[in-house]
Amino acid sequence: MSQTITIDPVTRLEGHGKITIQLNGRGEVENAHFHVTQVRGFERFSEGRPFYEMPSLMARICGICPVSHLIASAKACEAIMSVRIPHTAAQLRRLLNLAQMVQSHALSFFYLASPDLLLGMESDPKLRNILGVAAAKPELGRAGVALRRIGQSIIELLGDKRVHPGWVVPGGVTEPLSQEKRDKILAMLPEAYSSVGMALGAYKQIAGTFQPEIEVFANFPSNYMSLISEEEAIEFTDGALRLIDANGNIIEDGITASRYTEVIGEAVENYSYTKFAYYKPLGYPDGSYRVGPLARLNIVKRMGTPRAEKELAEFKQLVAGPVSSSFHYHHARLVEMLYGIEKIEEILADSRILDKHVRATAGVNRLEGAGQAEAPRGVLHHHYKVDENGKITWANLVIATGQNNNAMNRGVLQAARSYIKDGKFSEGILNRVEAVVRTFDPCLSCSTHAAGQMPLEISLLSADGEVMDRVARD
Amino acid sequence: MSKLKLATVWLDGCSGCHMSFLDMDERLLELAEVVDVVYSPIVDTKEFPDGVDIALVEGAVASVDDEKKIKKIRDHSKMLVAMGDCAITGNVPSMRNPIGPEAILDRAYIQNASAQAQIPCVVVPKLLRVVRPIHEFVKVDVFLPGCPPSADTFHTALTALVNGGPLDIPALTRFGA
Repeated sequence: MSQTITIDPVTRLEGHGKITIQLNGRGEVENAHFHVTQVRGFERFSEGRPFYEMPSLMARICGICPVSHLIASAKACEAIMSVRIPHTAAQLRRLLNLAQMVQSHALSFFYLASPDLLLGMESDPKLRNILGVAAAKPELGRAGVALRRIGQSIIELLGDKRVHPGWVVPGGVTEPLSQEKRDKILAMLPEAYSSVGMALGAYKQIAGTFQPEIEVFANFPSNYMSLISEEEAIEFTDGALRLIDANGNIIEDGITASRYTEVIGEAVENYSYTKFAYYKPLGYPDGSYRVGPLARLNIVKRMGTPRAEKELAEFKQLVAGPVSSSFHYHHARLVEMLYGIEKIEEILADSRILDKHVRATAGVNRLEGAGQAEAPRGVLHHHYKVDENGKITWANLVIATGQNNNAMNRGVLQAARSYIKDGKFSEGILNRVEAVVRTFDPCLSCSTHAAGQMPLEISLLSADGEVMDRVARD
Repeated sequence: MSKLKLATVWLDGCSGCHMSFLDMDERLLELAEVVDVVYSPIVDTKEFPDGVDIALVEGAVASVDDEKKIKKIRDHSKMLVAMGDCAITGNVPSMRNPIGPEAILDRAYIQNASAQAQIPCVVVPKLLRVVRPIHEFVKVDVFLPGCPPSADTFHTALTALVNGGPLDIPALTRFGA
């Protein structure tokens, strides 16, 4: 008799998700799905609101990466205003985004994933959490708490609030940075360096013991997408999109925010409220790609900061060509945290960061604008249209987690097939299947508060000629 | 004395209240010496347990799943805390109420899809027609406003709730804080 295993809820995850695994009469895994079960509809209910309200409204999509939404949204608004923001404002936003990268990666690695890595996939579920880690490995547990605290404290110093700061606005930021606050941030960095160094050391010691997981945790060739700077270095806040294939060949490059619709399409599966992004020219699902730390490190040629540069070289030695097992997202996240701390220090060392000109003002000078930024879990796109008064008439968002959706589902299936034989499974086995999803650090509230592809462009046929769209703008 | 059982739940919200809860940082580790976190997105319990002493609930009630969850939480908890503005007023999630779920779903999955346009319906829960705050479904014992309430607010409030001391919420936080 066939059977369905349901994991509900998937825990140590940022959002509402379930996993179902279908077994056939012989106890073999037929199929498996990762279901995202929340939906809100920000792009629809933002219609009619003034565009300058968008950053603070859109930040409420996500309490984990509100900063990325603030920045992508503000950039879309600035495209509407046709302004270039002051250099210092751009650098201050870069600082804010780096601080968020540190805190969110600390959340993902320590609070959500490290119980599996440090206590064991099959360890007691009652203790398999951050408090259990803090009890069993006090130094590492406290390093994780410290890294998250430092990232959040920098956000608070810059923006006055740890979650949902109102500091980022269309045109720049509301307040310049004071010397006193700069010095406070600098004083936190030694603890940040020692904490991330400890984490990297501990991770590299244990990574080898996870070879069986590395083999089956969403380990397959795929395309990758991220922002990259003109110098081919890692870039979270500006830059343009690059897409590489499974062999590392560049298939798209220099895609600026206003052109994202040329390359990204979104498909719907009936089992998830999160859509499935794909590279349009290859269609769905062949054009599926991965985003986030693994994609970024696979794509960039350099980090641009000395310690992270060495770590990148080591990361790229893991395998020949792009690193394809999603297990290595954990490693990539630690490298990015180190980069974030180094880059924060570098930006603060330039005295121009204290400049008082931090905001450009303008009204509506274009009726459409798009902005993109890297969220901790991958690249994020905001796209708005307004009327002459600046009232939003249409909004569209493509979120990181949707872009990893196909890989997460394939990864869940790959792991389930590998671990479940003859219909037999244990709690520890199911935890391993959940742990595949955790490697991606998906943000499910983000992924379902948004969605969408430009409706005007939808006149596509599927490969077999079937009409796929019933689009009509209202 | 046995530890108090603490649960934290995320319904239709952004997780910002949970992030602010985690922003207690090292104070959270101290708190864990006097309470057991028995159910939360950050621990591996799959079923909401019996006999929870304090349940912190973030988010509004937006789907049939949320409605089932909030009733179960109430039945199994001695004290229920509405955590943050979405749980208390509906806040941002309820901005979809004048539009209705059909139009929301149509925009996301039909109009704004470029392949396989369809409304998801397998395993995923149905949306309620309107998003409502949790006190419209169950009795709430403590309202803790903020978007999100700050970590200091959480620490002061939880310390008072755990010790049974006085709790002056308006002195700690406000809507939109």
